[in-house]
Amino acid sequence: MRMFDVCIIGGGPAGLKAAIAAGSQGLSVVLMDDADHLGGQLVKQTHMFFGSEQQRAGARGVNIAKELVEQVTSLVNVEVVLCTTALGLYDDLVLTYETEGSYRKLSAKKFIVATGASERMLTFPGNDLPGVYGAGAVQTLMNVYGVKPGNRVLMVGAGNIGLIVSYQLLQAGVEVIAIVEGGPSIGGYLVHASKVRRAGVPILTSHTIKEAVGVNCVEGAIVCELDSQWQPKSGTEQRIDADVICLAVGLSPLTDILWQAECEMVFVPELGGNVAYRDSTMCTSKPHIYVAGDVAGVEEASSAMVEGELAGLCAAKSLGVSGAHLTLQITSARSQLEELRSGPVGDKIRAGLLQAHR
Amino acid sequence: MHDRDQDIIVCRCEDLTLADIRALIQKGYRTLDEIRRISRCGMGPCQGRTCRALVQRELQASGINIKDQVPGVFRPPTKPVTLGSIAEGAGRRSDHA
Repeated sequence: MRMFDVCIIGGGPAGLKAAIAAGSQGLSVVLMDDADHLGGQLVKQTHMFFGSEQQRAGARGVNIAKELVEQVTSLVNVEVVLCTTALGLYDDLVLTYETEGSYRKLSAKKFIVATGASERMLTFPGNDLPGVYGAGAVQTLMNVYGVKPGNRVLMVGAGNIGLIVSYQLLQAGVEVIAIVEGGPSIGGYLVHASKVRRAGVPILTSHTIKEAVGVNCVEGAIVCELDSQWQPKSGTEQRIDADVICLAVGLSPLTDILWQAECEMVFVPELGGNVAYRDSTMCTSKPHIYVAGDVAGVEEASSAMVEGELAGLCAAKSLGVSGAHLTLQITSARSQLEELRSGPVGDKIRAGLLQAHR
Repeated sequence: MHDRDQDIIVCRCEDLTLADIRALIQKGYRTLDEIRRISRCGMGPCQGRTCRALVQRELQASGINIKDQVPGVFRPPTKPVTLGSIAEGAGRRSDHA
């Protein structure tokens, strides 16, 4: 069985940075991803990032991914395995995984789980009609494969993903009929909301989708207004013609392997659902398992990258790597996270993290 | 129960509707594991990634706080694998990444 110092599960922003951090300390690292490329969701993010310069503000996700992949592949002690899915993680430091149609095992002293998140679904009649998509799927279709999902889109959810994907649909020449948002106000940044409003797309707050209309595929949707108790107001139903219904209603951390490994978990709505308890080094209740990125709490790519770096550095430290430079890097990562989560925008995340920290 | 509940899919892999799930909860199946064992909800290829949160919400609506819900047992492997891939792996003299 192959042995590594650190095994990282998931090659998105968090996993890439974790691999670079641990690999730069000279440790033997394996980085696995179930896709055929590294970068995770970064590869479809054609918009510019916010944050400070340290977190690559102004750069586009897709370009950040390219740079991180270059850095990872330049480290000879980091092995990258693609089209590979982690299947089971055990207390004797063994991971089972599938690659090339073969079920195999490896061993590592430390594991960093950076599996990201999955898209949430809604319950409404017709929610299985072809043409009902997750916003992330639409973004992948358009920005990675160059495929238009349809011609007339109803977007459900005015958080950042709903707003950004709406704008990217417009850029691709797709009509966005409306954005409906169940809450009384727009959840995403106003700079994104303003862009789609300037393009003439209405954002209907306190509105939701009541049902998808269509026989063999989506032909439209019935939307309705919600009262302050989130109950549909009768008589407010209106029919919207659309061939795509795009759901941007949040993400849930992809925690299957953490549950299976029996990490202690906690339900934190502010972080998107169940997450693992972690300490200030991103280590879970299992001393060999660390978490980073959306699996530790749904946030943004900028914080996922810093969290990945922090987890990689702390895993290295726990393996005996030391030195003033490492200490400095850890301190810097922590202060970057603090900065990213400061101010009113970070209220929710900070409240969530308080419940998940031990 | 609403008359449209049978038109709402909760578990796509096992083809279970909101009507199915609500009927089970009404019959007294009160945990994700109980619902899974009787209906196979969450046991398909996606292993519950879509339906789990929806069933959690239904249980919450029937009075079981989501924070107190036991998510059920997660057994390896995290995704379905073929017997062929297990045989392939077992046939190797030493596993390697």
